Amino acid sequence: MPKIAVVVFPGSNCEQDVVHALRAEGADADYAWHGDDDLGGADGVVLPGGFAHGDYLRTGAIARFSPVMHAVRSLADEGKPVLGICNGFQILAEAHLVPGALIKNEGLRFLCVWTEVTVEDTGTIATRACEKGQRLRIPINHYEGNYRANVEPRVAFRYVDNPNGAWQNIAGVSNDAGNVVGLMPHPERASHESLGSADGRTVLTSLIESCRLLQRA
Amino acid sequence: MTDTVPLYAALGLTTDEYERIEKTLGREPSHTELAMFSVMWSEHCSYKSSRMYFRDLPTHAPWVVLGPGEGAGVVEVAPGVLVAFKMESHNHPSAVEPFQGAATGVGGIVRDILSLGARPIAVLDPLRFGPLTDDRNRYLFDGVVRGIASYGNSLGLPTVGGEAVFDPAYSGNPLVNAMCVGVFEDPEVLKGRPRGPGDLAVLIGSKTGRDGIGGASILASQEFEVGAENKRPSVQVGDPFTEKLLIEACLELKQKGLLAGMQDLGAAGVTCSLSETAASGGVGIDGDLDKVPLREADMGPWEIRMSESQERLLACVAPDRIDEVVRVCTKWGLDASVVARYTEGGRIVLKAHGLDVSDVPAQALADGPLYERPVVPADRSALHALDPLELAWPSAEEILMRLLASPSIASKEWVWRQYDHMVRLNSVVVPGADAAVLRVPESRRGEPGQPGIVLATDGPGRIGSLDPYIGGALAVCESARNVSCLGGRPLAITDCLNFGSPEKPEVMADFAATLRGIRDACVAFGIAVTGGNVSFYNESPTGAVHPTAVVGMLGAIDDVYAHRPVVAREGDVVVLLGETKPELGGSEALAVIHDTVAGRAPSLDLDREVALAQTLQSGVGSYAHDLSDGGLAVALAEMCIASGVGADVTLPAGVDPLWGLFGESTARAIVTCRPDEAPALGGVVLGTVGGSRLCVRDVLDVRVDDIARVYREAIPALMERR
Repeated sequence: MPKIAVVVFPGSNCEQDVVHALRAEGADADYAWHGDDDLGGADGVVLPGGFAHGDYLRTGAIARFSPVMHAVRSLADEGKPVLGICNGFQILAEAHLVPGALIKNEGLRFLCVWTEVTVEDTGTIATRACEKGQRLRIPINHYEGNYRANVEPRVAFRYVDNPNGAWQNIAGVSNDAGNVVGLMPHPERASHESLGSADGRTVLTSLIESCRLLQRA
Repeated sequence: MTDTVPLYAALGLTTDEYERIEKTLGREPSHTELAMFSVMWSEHCSYKSSRMYFRDLPTHAPWVVLGPGEGAGVVEVAPGVLVAFKMESHNHPSAVEPFQGAATGVGGIVRDILSLGARPIAVLDPLRFGPLTDDRNRYLFDGVVRGIASYGNSLGLPTVGGEAVFDPAYSGNPLVNAMCVGVFEDPEVLKGRPRGPGDLAVLIGSKTGRDGIGGASILASQEFEVGAENKRPSVQVGDPFTEKLLIEACLELKQKGLLAGMQDLGAAGVTCSLSETAASGGVGIDGDLDKVPLREADMGPWEIRMSESQERLLACVAPDRIDEVVRVCTKWGLDASVVARYTEGGRIVLKAHGLDVSDVPAQALADGPLYERPVVPADRSALHALDPLELAWPSAEEILMRLLASPSIASKEWVWRQYDHMVRLNSVVVPGADAAVLRVPESRRGEPGQPGIVLATDGPGRIGSLDPYIGGALAVCESARNVSCLGGRPLAITDCLNFGSPEKPEVMADFAATLRGIRDACVAFGIAVTGGNVSFYNESPTGAVHPTAVVGMLGAIDDVYAHRPVVAREGDVVVLLGETKPELGGSEALAVIHDTVAGRAPSLDLDREVALAQTLQSGVGSYAHDLSDGGLAVALAEMCIASGVGADVTLPAGVDPLWGLFGESTARAIVTCRPDEAPALGGVVLGTVGGSRLCVRDVLDVRVDDIARVYREAIPALMERR
């Protein structure tokens, strides 16, 4: 069973949800502390949603300097799976582990709504179990999710109906190698039919499967 | 402040109160002592005008674990599953500075839940404003919603319900109430007191600053006048990031068994919480204000003890646990400072700069005066004289369209899409339905047959303005209907009582009548009142707000996944439960079409309300929706819009289209079911669900797409125009 670390920054607030959803899929998921500079030998890592350091200064701008980010970068450099969800995506972008930046939503309001995204690339650690073009119903929850980039990123997910003004309808991207993925929608919130959708499970199982494959390698 | 006003009066104390303080102390109080009494004896902290009315409320039920008196009520919702819940107002701060006022309102009620040692899991926000056609009301509404979103979202707490009501009575004095719900991760419920002398009082959280000084005595306990913006320094500023750390740190402290007790620092800050914990524990305090961590080094003792800086809690800690407490707090980046030791003897002795600055009996501070204010029922005969049935009314179709476009009725999605309503993965039914359904406890998330809680808030202010007794009772009945419509079983309520000045005999008469209504309804349902809050002085130069009792109800459901559906099924029949009478007084239709709140309140029948709730809880049939604002027409329209399907119905014989569709007779609901299930419900079959139109035979016929557009676009059209 692959071991997945879920980082707790001060102000993270989706870490418990992510750990719960990963464990429900059979992963050995546990918390990692922002102030530690190792991930306890984890096979993969998730930076969860929330408001790390209150999002003060700029989303992710303080969190990227946390000691734990050294370990996250090492894992990324080793080609192991790194997934940033929402605030985690913002932190990955600030840390330049994925290209681009996330600015305030068009309309200048916080948005907690269901979105539909299409899977654009099945070669990433978060889409391995998906089919190309597959539509997933997963909610977003952010004020700063409006994606911008000055390079052509490797696109993992696009919105069917753009909720926030994101450039090229981009909902999630990866690094060139496909092992570091950031996405604004919250797959852990679409992990049980009673919550409105279970489509996010495919993203989570993709991550777990990727950890397992790279664990063997 | 002028030279001619004595200090006690400037602090909001009356001459009688000042004399009582002198008598208690046997000497003239120092300035700081006077300030301590002024906040502790303020209306906001002492409930001096309202306490006597609480005696008759039912506070016990077999499932009530903790009734009024502590930070919040606690109820056992399923075997071994304890839930804490409470509602409070933050009206005046929100009127002065809507964003921070609303944000800190959320922060305060969350700390009340946290202080018991429960993990906060949800927030609900009942809101009331003046009409959105007015620039200032739009500014207040926008700011309040942004403030709640900013604070609640940062905490990782889903905002799962509430209300947004618009009525000229709230122009200039909006009502911003906030309710928080928490679950206990272990069975221990913390109280706000030390175990005895020798325990330490530890201040945890933010440093203390100059914000919010005098908030309780100045903002919350006086009427508003022109130029209220000058009171802005009395509004606290919220820091949700620190509150999030405070939540996690306190829950870790509790989980490690390091706490004897915990108390929120709300109104009147350090003074209030030290006095309350000492009085509650029957002990005294020996404190040193120099130990309070400050944002500004030159703050005086008076400011330190009065500051209402947010994101602070007072922990009562045994001396041998203090090192571990400091270690946990430091890990979360929070200050933890021993500011006092609890002592024998019951005196609050505080020092600053090595000098005694106050020495008063804890009990005297905590036992504020009790007033039996004069009570004179208002003369409402002129209001009651209007007979809405004699007015000229437009067509039913026009009334319906205008109702659906009225912000009080229209979709509130614009509001709740700005709130995180999903975090923590418990939100099985989200805002937009009659009530919210959450799965509990979190340790059992996803198990088959997991228990759940059902939450709703209601406060029919218009009805309260015509008949405060019925208004109070209906607040309970409507929330019970809403909870029951999702299959929940009402267990207990918290209430926020929003009224004008208690110094006006008519206001006190309304208050007393409202509480009688709440009491009678709770007794009828067999449920308890486990806490709440009174907000007086909700007046602006144009007058007092409607007597508005807002009820927050906690219900339980044995299997959370077995809740009633939130959409109606094509092919089912629509059944109307309850009796429809020729009643239009105080209706939304009268307010929207004729711009008036008048006539007689709809009649109340508590036995029928209880019977209806039981029918709804029985689970017979499928979708259910209660009839309240806008009557049957709006309920049918909302069913169609939510379900994306039409309905073809006929009004029962003898029911006039006007009052039959738009009257707000109480104790009614619609339920959809298979045709063979209808007899078991015992109502009148109105017609069937299906098609793309809402058709009331011979009265109105509209496309569901058209009414949905009007319903969904009304608030965005008012709020997003540039």
